[in-house]
Amino acid sequence: MNLHEYQAKQILRSGNINTPRGLAAASAEAAVDAANELGGDAWVVKAQIHAGGRGKAGGVKVVKSLDDVRAMAGSLLGKPLVTNQNAPDGQPVNQVLVEETLPIARELYLSLLVDRETERVAIVASAAGGMDIEEVAHATPEKVLTEACDPLLGVQDFQCRALAFALELTGEAYKDFCRLLPQLYRVFIANDLSLLEINPLVVTADNRVLPLDCKMSVDDNALYRRKTLSELRDDSQIDAKEAAANAANVNYVALTGNIGCMVNGAGLAMATMDLIQLEGGTPANFLDVGGGATPETVAQGFKIILLDPNVRAVLINIFGGIVRCDVIAEGIIQAVKEVGVKVPVIVRLEGTNAELGRRLLAESGLAILAAESLTQAAKLAVEQAA
Amino acid sequence: MSILVNKDTKVICQGFTGRQGSFHSEQAIAYGTRMVGGVTPGKGGQTHLGLPVFNTVRDAVRQTGAQATMIYVPAAFAADSILEAADAGIEVIVCITEGIPVLDMLNVKAALRANGARLIGPNCPGIITSGECKIGIMPGVIHQKGKVGIVSRSGTLTYEAVHQTTQLGLGQSTCVGIGGDPIKGLDFIDCLKLFEADPQTEAVILVGEIGGSREEEAAEYIRSSMKKPVAAYIAGRTAPKGKRMGHAGAIIAGGTGTADAKIRALETAGVVVALSPAALGDAVQQALAAR
Repeated sequence: MNLHEYQAKQILRSGNINTPRGLAAASAEAAVDAANELGGDAWVVKAQIHAGGRGKAGGVKVVKSLDDVRAMAGSLLGKPLVTNQNAPDGQPVNQVLVEETLPIARELYLSLLVDRETERVAIVASAAGGMDIEEVAHATPEKVLTEACDPLLGVQDFQCRALAFALELTGEAYKDFCRLLPQLYRVFIANDLSLLEINPLVVTADNRVLPLDCKMSVDDNALYRRKTLSELRDDSQIDAKEAAANAANVNYVALTGNIGCMVNGAGLAMATMDLIQLEGGTPANFLDVGGGATPETVAQGFKIILLDPNVRAVLINIFGGIVRCDVIAEGIIQAVKEVGVKVPVIVRLEGTNAELGRRLLAESGLAILAAESLTQAAKLAVEQAA
Repeated sequence: MSILVNKDTKVICQGFTGRQGSFHSEQAIAYGTRMVGGVTPGKGGQTHLGLPVFNTVRDAVRQTGAQATMIYVPAAFAADSILEAADAGIEVIVCITEGIPVLDMLNVKAALRANGARLIGPNCPGIITSGECKIGIMPGVIHQKGKVGIVSRSGTLTYEAVHQTTQLGLGQSTCVGIGGDPIKGLDFIDCLKLFEADPQTEAVILVGEIGGSREEEAAEYIRSSMKKPVAAYIAGRTAPKGKRMGHAGAIIAGGTGTADAKIRALETAGVVVALSPAALGDAVQQALAAR
């Protein structure tokens, strides 16, 4: 689950970390009030969406009058912002963050993440701040510095010093940085984050270190013990179909094709998408109804798949293991009737009682095609969707 | 022979009296697994499915000599259950539970490194030595004793591989579902090493998916150190970047972990890679014939 920048900075502040002073606003007037409260004669107005690339897309601007704060906030709020990192129709801007401006001397990159290779929380830093770190890592891997933290010890002082020297920090900035890392590590652990990215981390003209931007992702598996964080979920930032699937506790990812897929198991679900493409079609979605498919999960799956108007056919691929195929077939028949499915449904059942399951589907009198094999099922789905 | 578990392995279940634990313990017993009891804190002294229930894994090990455990406790308590099993001296810990917070798993892995116990999973179907010992949620009926070892990040794709090798009469030695989480116990290389050393196993099927680089590392191991033929399938060629595909570990992040890169690495290592999951059986047959 992703957080907005203003929420992430609030969490940093509760971890005693200095950030630029700023206030979130949901209307142009509230933005002017925020600027008034912050004082000064220049502000930065930042669109709050769950995507990067906001600056280049015109979502972040420095303004020098209250009228310009109003105009900028007004032009951003209530509209989708399209960046090079989100979907073609963008994400809606429901808040802007109004912040004080800072005299910036240098821009650095800093992030904490769970590194699956070392099985540790890794701190990644680079002197090349404000740029796409993936591009930096690709083009100049020597400019990306990494320190892995022992989970039983946390980040150690020597690691902070090593990074601070490598980033050529001196004086107050060096001290700020060495204080900042253990604080960030504590915030990361205390909030069950999977990513905490500060890009850029700035060194100001008076040699202080501050996070200018902040992106946080919370581990979905840990939300049960982070109740206050889970209330920050913003479904307006994700695909409407994915939001519906989240609410129904179904694993769904929207894609751009026209063959809806319903599969048990994540690996088999991906494999089914791949097979559709191999046969010349395009999958409309990824949907995993879980290892044990029941009539309820199948009905739920249909409802979510059919929210997508592009779907011309639905391919159901179930490997019935402990749940018998005849039970699953009955579930599919019941769900097709209940949901009122209008597009052709192709079903491939394998496993216990597969033969019986296929017969039940064939004799149901509904527009359900029972395929004999996985390959045939994909072929049929591609034909039906064409 | 086989790897990790066999007909003599004494198995307990943690979360024994719960719905999942009960159902899958019954299935394991019916399969012939040597179940010797289970653990549910607070229910020690009771009998469940004709087997003794213990309050702690330590009690269970002391009184039954259990060597392996299968864990069906909810995600919030599963990391603790793994640590409890390791502390009690269990050698093979199979954690079926899905949804354990990743930071919990970092701690578990650090503790296990010092302990030496072998963890399978979490978020996995478990392990089965065909005809001998079933520890997990896989359907026992599709398995047949034989010569193919299977190691997989995906549950239902493992069943596909099992089903096809049974249909072809090849059968399986041991199938290990290593699970779909980014931080997990045994990985591809651990299982490949065991299969390479196991006399019953004549060929291996590796089922991978997008995310991470363990398949690439496995390819390097196969190239440099394996004599037995290997066939593989990698799921997720059509998966978009940056999206988590069901499994917590199935995500292409920062351009790494793509299916195509994994397939290239495996092919370079001489692995027969099936482009369709329906061709896994044929692929392993082809790999066997080439030797």
